[in-house]
Amino acid sequence: MRFRFSTVPIDAAVARRELLDRSAGGYVSFEGWVRDHNEGLEVKRLEYEAFQELAVKEGERIVAEALARFPVKHALCIHRVGALELGEMAVWVGVSSAHRGEAFDACRYVIDEVKHRVPIWKKEHYVNGDSGWVNCERCATAPRHSHADHSHADQGHDHPQPTPVSD
Amino acid sequence: MSTPDTAELPRVRGLVLAGGASTRMRRDKAALPYAGREQLERACELLARHAADIAVSVRAEQATDPRRARWPLIVDSVEGGGPLVGIRSALAADPRAAWLVLACDLPFVTDHVLAQLLAARAAALAADPATLATAYRSAHDGLPEPLCAVWEPGAAAPLAAFAAAGGHCPRKFLARHPTRLLDLEDARALDNINTPEEYGAALRTLAGAPVNPMRLKIQYYALMREQAGRSEESLEIAVATPADLYRELATRHGFTLPREQLKVAVNGDFAEWTRALRDGDAVVFIPPVAGG
Repeated sequence: MRFRFSTVPIDAAVARRELLDRSAGGYVSFEGWVRDHNEGLEVKRLEYEAFQELAVKEGERIVAEALARFPVKHALCIHRVGALELGEMAVWVGVSSAHRGEAFDACRYVIDEVKHRVPIWKKEHYVNGDSGWVNCERCATAPRHSHADHSHADQGHDHPQPTPVSD
Repeated sequence: MSTPDTAELPRVRGLVLAGGASTRMRRDKAALPYAGREQLERACELLARHAADIAVSVRAEQATDPRRARWPLIVDSVEGGGPLVGIRSALAADPRAAWLVLACDLPFVTDHVLAQLLAARAAALAADPATLATAYRSAHDGLPEPLCAVWEPGAAAPLAAFAAAGGHCPRKFLARHPTRLLDLEDARALDNINTPEEYGAALRTLAGAPVNPMRLKIQYYALMREQAGRSEESLEIAVATPADLYRELATRHGFTLPREQLKVAVNGDFAEWTRALRDGDAVVFIPPVAGG
């Protein structure tokens, strides 16, 4: 599986072993961390929830797309679900490749697509006692975009200004 | 025991006839949408529920058409044209299988129509193993309807002889050979659609058709789970599409997200809002995502 969920802290040192390859000259990884603020509010902790059956399917499709688009050796993405504290790793992407350029490109592709397409939701709990589902509650009253014109191929939610906590 | 042992009957494979020229329609009949879904896809999915597997019958020049190439193809392998060639090519491709044939311009055919046909076929073969086909009797002229019918392996040789003698009409063939005929419960079930006018009328008929209640499983995530106050529910509900279902449930549960901001998944993968829902489907509404 090249996309999976974890209910326990992600161990990047273990995950990168799956990318080792003697024909690879290096590897690029991205870690998304839980940040202490978002859109002017102080964040205390957050929760991730996923529709795992479809999320794994879509995540696998994204990694397969990255492997098809860029001449890289291996790619892997691991996403946390459940309750996370500040500073914890929410998502990890790793790509190994013969040369660095395409490894950076493929890694960037995977994290960007995962954020827009995979059915994962994030609930922020704020220091002031409020909480909210990112991209859902504010856009429920002030829609910033429409999905109505998406083609079948573009299945993802495309928020022009995503406001993630991690990264 | 007098019960026919269906395991001994030739296996039934599904054949969607999509080789027509669509001359009178002036556009590809396989591509005509009904309730948002193309007829070829509707016909394939319908047949797949009743046959061991399915294939699409095409002319050689259609073999690379992406709409048809989504499915296994049986390309015309004998001389001539028309539906008889498609049926003969399938019988040649798999001489041991029976073929449940369905033309792709029959938008009113239902699961019930095919189930009745297959039940009659099993009974007919038990009574007379020489039966070459099982078909409906036309509600219009009483003749066999060859394009929603089961063709047995034994029909291959008589069909070749019929064609060699200049025959090309499958209705005439069935009328002259051992065919089990049954009557339609719904007289319009096999009405075919050949012109833009007939297509328009079919759309109106289908839109006005009463929707039967079905059992659906709905799962909720994130904000919608909180607003619904549950993570899933099983409902007996009369809706045609996910769009109808969302309208109904938004009222019931007070969902705040407009449908335009959601995606929908049916049976574990993304789906169109206009696709036809079926009994037993699992539906998930997907609010704007926020991974990473």
